[in-house]
Amino acid sequence: MAEARPIISIQDVTKRFGGTVLAVDTVNLDIAEGEFFALLGPSGCGKTTLLRMIAGFETPTEGAILIDGEDMVGIEPNHRPVNMVFQSYAVFPHMTVAENIAYGLKVVGTPRKEIDQRVEEAIALVRLEGLEARKPDMLSGGQRQRVALARALIKQPKVLLLDEPLSALDAKLREAMQMELVNLQHSVGITFIIVTHDQHEALSMADRIAVMGDGRVLQVAPPMELYEYPSSTAVADFIGQVNIFAVEGAEDGGDCVVLRVPELGDVRLDPPKGGISHIAVRPEKIRLGVAEPEQAGLVKLRARVENVSYGGDQSHVFLRTADGTTVSVRVQNVDRALSSVVARGDQVWLSWQAKDIQPLAN
Amino acid sequence: MASVAVRAERRRRRALRRANPLDYSRKTWMRLMMGGVFLFLYFPIVSLVAFSFNDSKRNITWQGFTLRYYEKALDNTQLHDAFLNSLIVASISTSVSTILGGMLGLALYKFRFPVQGPYEGMVHLPIVIPEICMAVAMVAFFATMDIPLGLFTITVSHIAFSIPFVAVVIRARMAGFDRSLEEASFDLGASQWQTFWNVTFPYMKPGLVAGALLAFTLSLDDFVITFFTSGPGSTTFPIKIYSMVRFSVTPEVNAASTALIVATLALTITALVIQSRAARKSAHG
Repeated sequence: MAEARPIISIQDVTKRFGGTVLAVDTVNLDIAEGEFFALLGPSGCGKTTLLRMIAGFETPTEGAILIDGEDMVGIEPNHRPVNMVFQSYAVFPHMTVAENIAYGLKVVGTPRKEIDQRVEEAIALVRLEGLEARKPDMLSGGQRQRVALARALIKQPKVLLLDEPLSALDAKLREAMQMELVNLQHSVGITFIIVTHDQHEALSMADRIAVMGDGRVLQVAPPMELYEYPSSTAVADFIGQVNIFAVEGAEDGGDCVVLRVPELGDVRLDPPKGGISHIAVRPEKIRLGVAEPEQAGLVKLRARVENVSYGGDQSHVFLRTADGTTVSVRVQNVDRALSSVVARGDQVWLSWQAKDIQPLAN
Repeated sequence: MASVAVRAERRRRRALRRANPLDYSRKTWMRLMMGGVFLFLYFPIVSLVAFSFNDSKRNITWQGFTLRYYEKALDNTQLHDAFLNSLIVASISTSVSTILGGMLGLALYKFRFPVQGPYEGMVHLPIVIPEICMAVAMVAFFATMDIPLGLFTITVSHIAFSIPFVAVVIRARMAGFDRSLEEASFDLGASQWQTFWNVTFPYMKPGLVAGALLAFTLSLDDFVITFFTSGPGSTTFPIKIYSMVRFSVTPEVNAASTALIVATLALTITALVIQSRAARKSAHG
């Protein structure tokens, strides 16, 4: 397949507020047509600023934003082929559901008949039938969100921008809306860019995720790659939980590299890779046992249980090794007796397979 | 031993009478004080209204009930003219000050600019400045500019002191406005102008109505500034009543004053109702 032209191309974009505060720092991103793309990062990392620059509410200090190949510099938000779903939904309180959804067509002078037809389609798309005449104060949070979605989608944008769209919903509804957003994106085929600080949201919905920190893009990858093969300690630490061990030295071992890790002894890394400063292993990859595991090729470690946090389907066990390093392990409570096996103060063996180790360069 | 139980029972009953330990409204001294304050505030007004029905020319002692003086006040053409003048001044000053004050309140909410703090303070100064000072300043200004005193100068002065009141009401109303509503409208393809009329203005409307009613009542019963800035043939209602009182306090004056009280009260209550209804609505949304 030929390399398709990206629907959004962000080129060396930097945004400074007040000349000093660096909100977005030399960001380069290409987002493909039809992609469900997530900008993920802690609050204040610049993800919302980046989204607002795409929408046109902020102007990049440096760099260019191209939408469908066209440079958006100097183009006002009302003339951009993108639409936004706001964090507060921003549903117009004095208009009914139907008036809200029709708004974007009415202001550009679309014929009445076409508006009616498209509003009807949009209402069906987000399943708000029967609520057309309601005012927003008579709607639930989830319904208001759907009004905001329909209102943006009726404009048939090339890209739909969603700013923390689920943060105002309660946990149950949020999960349902995640599925709905993904299904909606599949059915309309429009590129979605979602800003979120919730890693589960990003991992479960997006085709690709850009992790941001301090205004920079740290890594861009599909969810699984991001979780299993993070490129840096910052990304590994932000996505899920992780045990990170510092590497003190490395020796060339021919077809592999032998890393010297104080807590673990020598760790063989195959295939070899240079410049490794840390290794990471996810808590759920670690086996916990009372007896020393005998299988060859395992990384083994002896530790004492410090705390057990019971979470129903799984337990989170915090341990400390003899030299003081803390390790966290996730244990699936596959049978009812298991959760009571380990207790505070127990000496146990931790082990994991060498292939589950992720080397990190920084 | 029994007395301990009795005393405890007494304390329990006393505690039950109050909703909570800080509920003083059931204390007798508190009720007496509240009643006293109420009497002090409203006795003059109540007696004014009562004596408007008094069947006596001197209006010092109660002689009997009559509506004669209401008829007399209604037949008084000078009072008519004065009332008409008041209405003209109030209508024009309300329209102009609502537009200007609304714009001012919106600008103060929307824009950040240098010296905003001092500017806002200055704008609100006419609310706290003594009316007599403002009146003297107005007269001095009109004299320097060689503008003859009359309905025009009264109207201009009323606009000047009403603007800050409207601006304050609008500013308070806009404090609860979600800015992303404007952004959403802009994002959906509306121009700035369309956004203002479709989104911002409907939100401002209750504030504008409340501000306008406030400006109207302020203008209708203003005396000091009007007295200084009025010229021949531009007597307003409060000034006419004042001149009538100088001759003699007849029940006719009471009747005219009562009419003004009722009009002002009706407008004020309307303004309060509109404001609280809007507040309740935005609390829901």
